[in-house]
Amino acid sequence: MTLTDLPMLSLLIWLPIFGGLILLMMPGEHRGIRTVGLLTALLTFVLSLLLIAGFDSQTYEMQFVERLSWVRAFNIEYYLGIDGFSMPLIVLTTFSTLLVVIAAWEVIKDRLHYYLAAFLIMEGMMIGVFSALDAILFYVFFEAMLIPLFLVIGIWGGPNRVYATIKFFLYTFLGSVFLLLALLYLQFQTGSFAIPDFHAVPLTLNQQIWLFLAFLIAFAVKIPMWPVHTWLPDAHVEAPTGGSIILAAITLKIGGYGLLRFALPITPDASMTLDWLVIMLSLIAVVYIGFVALAQTDMKKLIAYSSIAHMGFVTLGLFIVFRIFANTNNGYGEVLAIEGAMVQMISHGFIAAAMFLSVGVLYDRMHSRDIYAYGGVANRMPVFTAFAVFFAMANAGLPGTSGFVGEFMVILAAFQANFWYAFLAATTLIIGAAYTLWMIKRVFFGEIANEQVAALQDVNRREFLMLATLAAIVLLIGVWPDPLLSVMHASVENLLTQLAQSKL
Amino acid sequence: MPFSLTNPSYALPEMLMLGFALGLLLFIAFTGKEKMNWTFALTQLSLFATALVIVLSMGEQGLAFSDTYIKDSLSDVLKLSICLINMLVLLYSHDYLKDRGLQQGEFYVLVLFATLGMMVLVSASHFLTLYLGLELMSLCLYALVAMHRDSFIATEAAMKYFILGAIASGMLLYGMSIIYGVTGSLALADIAVAIDSGMLNNTVLSFGLVFIVIGVAFKFGAVPFHMWLPDVYQGAPTAVTLFLAAAPKVAAFAMLIRLMVDGLGGVQDAWQDMLIMLAVLSMIVGNLVAIAQTNLKRMLAYSTISHVGFLLLGVLSGTAEGYAASMFYTLIYALMTLGGFGMILLLSKQGFEAEEIADYKGLGKTQPWYALMMLILMFSMAGIPPLAGFYAKLTVIKAVVDVNLITVAVIAVLMSVIGAYYYLRVIKVMYFDAPEQQLTVQVSAPARIMFSSNVLLVLGLGLFPGSLLAICVTVLS
Repeated sequence: MTLTDLPMLSLLIWLPIFGGLILLMMPGEHRGIRTVGLLTALLTFVLSLLLIAGFDSQTYEMQFVERLSWVRAFNIEYYLGIDGFSMPLIVLTTFSTLLVVIAAWEVIKDRLHYYLAAFLIMEGMMIGVFSALDAILFYVFFEAMLIPLFLVIGIWGGPNRVYATIKFFLYTFLGSVFLLLALLYLQFQTGSFAIPDFHAVPLTLNQQIWLFLAFLIAFAVKIPMWPVHTWLPDAHVEAPTGGSIILAAITLKIGGYGLLRFALPITPDASMTLDWLVIMLSLIAVVYIGFVALAQTDMKKLIAYSSIAHMGFVTLGLFIVFRIFANTNNGYGEVLAIEGAMVQMISHGFIAAAMFLSVGVLYDRMHSRDIYAYGGVANRMPVFTAFAVFFAMANAGLPGTSGFVGEFMVILAAFQANFWYAFLAATTLIIGAAYTLWMIKRVFFGEIANEQVAALQDVNRREFLMLATLAAIVLLIGVWPDPLLSVMHASVENLLTQLAQSKL
Repeated sequence: MPFSLTNPSYALPEMLMLGFALGLLLFIAFTGKEKMNWTFALTQLSLFATALVIVLSMGEQGLAFSDTYIKDSLSDVLKLSICLINMLVLLYSHDYLKDRGLQQGEFYVLVLFATLGMMVLVSASHFLTLYLGLELMSLCLYALVAMHRDSFIATEAAMKYFILGAIASGMLLYGMSIIYGVTGSLALADIAVAIDSGMLNNTVLSFGLVFIVIGVAFKFGAVPFHMWLPDVYQGAPTAVTLFLAAAPKVAAFAMLIRLMVDGLGGVQDAWQDMLIMLAVLSMIVGNLVAIAQTNLKRMLAYSTISHVGFLLLGVLSGTAEGYAASMFYTLIYALMTLGGFGMILLLSKQGFEAEEIADYKGLGKTQPWYALMMLILMFSMAGIPPLAGFYAKLTVIKAVVDVNLITVAVIAVLMSVIGAYYYLRVIKVMYFDAPEQQLTVQVSAPARIMFSSNVLLVLGLGLFPGSLLAICVTVLS
């Protein structure tokens, strides 16, 4: 029996959910809580590595497909499968969850079993989002993951957590109901809920525009794009470290993934007609939100805004392809744009996770996220400072780190679309460096600011392990992005063929 | 037309229920207040026996009693659910009634008679049977609301309910008389034939239709005929609220289908617009006003109004799939309402009603299991997957999208977002606020177990909605 005969995706979805349910049942003081949590997360991660091993990167066809009837009366299926877009995101999910479990080890003292259970259940749902090929199944996972995240921020969050979590929930819920309407309308047109059928259905431009707008609202809130981004800084600031990691590393990616899976292939003509809108919003995110980040004094808020700016590159990369189609026909720039967007998503997942983890390390010791509460941390925590500076450089897009690869590819592609797109996008290299490095300077360097800082202890072995792993991955993707690119190459080519064909 | 007793066996469940109700009346007349546990057990037995007879007689279909009475798969399924729902209601409310000295024989007799009324209503194929069932049910409900006669607020609620209910019945009756005047028949099948002939005076027909729709809307509590609902839900003893929030809605759904689809299906264009107005207003008013509530019973009352709005979406689509969606919604709604008011019953004890939202502060810490149950219920009512309430909303919205009523669908989804806010607030109070008092669950073990199963069924139907949905589609196709 080979790997592809196993229901790998179902295992990946249900194993963490099952582990989470076990944790829910365990009494709160049980000594095995951490072990169960870690084992589940580790096992899921190993399973996802097997997924890489069994993945065939030569084809754009869906792999590891599982298809069963689920709600027969409405033709809803339990239909799973992955391609080059979803596979890296699934691995990112399993890795981030493992990170969250380890990060919670000694830090979360109140109801740890519920905390871990929430993240494990969420992990299963996020993998479900990335592997669902039935629209309703996708929507179920897409929505259901709000429940654990809502509880995580609300229960373990900061002082203003209730406001932040309700805002987060209602914002994303508002976006996603339009997605539901769009999916129902598409089912009305095709008679099926299978996403591949949606890809094939012909639609008039008018229909496409309405559908596209529905998709855009749903996924723009998740990404989040300016001007529907305001829930993110609030949610990040109030969320516990684990919540921030998952928010930044995975949930934002679901927005980008949604555009790739739904908006672009289902409504290519509307995407082309309205690409100026997305490009404009992306550039505003890159430039304006970059300046907003510069003004922050709360470290988590600063990273949250920087996330929005970085996600602007993802949406920019996805939507400049139409301009590149119009300008050139060497078939090179489009690939660069989409692959750049994908690399940016994966890379941002690791870097943002690392940044939030670093803030978490400081917060656990000082209970403050205010930049001005710090100063001279480098004198007391030299090892930690080395990591923090490295991640800050990666966040600013230093060559040799993963942050550089994605941004550089998108900027390069943007030149083939329009010089000014590239110019504006490239300002991020300056603004991004400014806000990140300025924060680093104020927090880590200079004189020791106060007694609390003077009493700081450097990272322990657990923290070192997490930070070092992240640093290694960021560096690896930075100097050798080729394996990541080759995994998605076939899928990118296929997407571009879909985009080049009008559906009218 | 002479009245003939054809196929009396089709009404076997009703006859049985009548026998049980009369027997119980005699039983309490002779035993008095001592044998309350026996009365309770006998009532449950009657409901169970009736449910059993319904199950055993499934499959036979046809008309009885000179075509005034219909037995079809729709009536079987709905009657069965009514009996089962009422069994749960009685189980949840047993300790509540006992603690407050409300456990009187009359309560159980009235419940049985009301159930009989619902069953007759569900099987009506004639204006007279329909009205008979409706009034039998309503009169029992008025009396039940007034049961707590020393409570000022309950008496007021009963009075309001009775007067407004009587007006609504009058409206319905007036509408029926007009339809009779136009079509010359009281039998729903004959009315449908007369309308299809196209020879009728449409103005008069529409005039009658308006009154019928008003009567039905009133019984459902759809806006703008909803005024009685929050007061009655809040004022009535919680056990009674639970009773009148669950099964009567199932019966009202049957009434809606019998009248609008079986009888007046020919003028669907006319009633579709009216139902759109009712549905949209109910969703808007129910959801917006619920936000302002601090009393959980009143909040759930407004939430009911909004659910009624959603439920009407399926019917107004005018397709068989839409009717099935509405039926699915009704059943899921009944299940969720049982849980919602059941939770209040479980937590309340002597001198403490557990009906303010603030009473639930910190429930996640003091009663983690029941808080989890309430969490499931609230998310389900908000329509979040993977809970049953999501599929209920999905199916009705799909029904309106399928007939291209996109605007109505957009309003529906927007209102469900607004609705999510007040459900989230309950969860916030339970999980994010610190406990102020130690809440305990003192009810009997069977009630606790059935409550948990009830809520877990909401989760289970969210994961596997297929079978119930298939049943709804089959009985309404």
